[in-house]
Amino acid sequence: MTELSGWAFTAVAVLGVLSVAAGIAVFVVDSMARATFALLASFLAVAGVLLALDLVYLAVVTALMMTIEMAVMAVFMIMFMMNPAGLMPMTMVHNAKGSAVIGAATFVVLAVGIWTIDWPTRNPPRPDDSTRQLGEAIMGSHMLVMLVIGISLFATILAGTVLATARGRYDRFGPDLDADRPDDPVPGGFRR
Amino acid sequence: MTAELVLQILLTVAVALVGVGLFGALSQQSIVMVMMGLELVLNGVLLAGGAAWYFLTPELPDAQVLVVVALVVMAVEMAMGFAVTVAIYRARQVDMVDMATDLRG
Repeated sequence: MTELSGWAFTAVAVLGVLSVAAGIAVFVVDSMARATFALLASFLAVAGVLLALDLVYLAVVTALMMTIEMAVMAVFMIMFMMNPAGLMPMTMVHNAKGSAVIGAATFVVLAVGIWTIDWPTRNPPRPDDSTRQLGEAIMGSHMLVMLVIGISLFATILAGTVLATARGRYDRFGPDLDADRPDDPVPGGFRR
Repeated sequence: MTAELVLQILLTVAVALVGVGLFGALSQQSIVMVMMGLELVLNGVLLAGGAAWYFLTPELPDAQVLVVVALVVMAVEMAMGFAVTVAIYRARQVDMVDMATDLRG
């Protein structure tokens, strides 16, 4: 296995601790907005670890995607949550003890596996450029993954739009979907 | 410090993220907080995938492709989660999972 250089090891250690600490903070802080930014800190710490592991492209994608995603999430927090600013301390949990036991048990089982397995000690050749390796894979040998990703994202766009639309088919064609003409507030649209 | 030890520490950090995320996804009442728990689980997958690539199979792209898939799963989860949140809030003013138990067995 390849050893990490000194600075990379330091970065990985600090960012690893930071990612878990920020992850715990997500469910500890009162304010939903603070929870969102704690989650962002956790993602950015993991992106930093990926950067130290030579995965430059994936690190940048993670950092950019998660920054925007958390910004969107903060907006939704303020839209939907009853206590977005955390001005009055309140806990909104159910079955906290059972959930903590399940979370801790999962951690223990996986950690026992990690620390008891004999990991292979070999020295495989390293690629010069990890981004090139990934790009050639998803455009060549692993193209099926890229095809499935593309179709999934397209289906997500359609499904998200359909779900978020205020008026559905029952609003347009009646409860039994048997209206001859759709009841639309503006002219135009499907089946007119 | 040997590379094997660093790999084990990194994977332990990753499963700690998975454990914390699982706790959050199971215990939180607000729909958006449940989604944050799921995101934290996927964050652990990102870290484990990156560590596996660097220390175990840097000559193969598979672990990197797994990280890409985890990123896409995150994006899809967020998009669909927010769409469902908007839809159920619009229909019934529901913003907590305890108020949406129609499918409970």
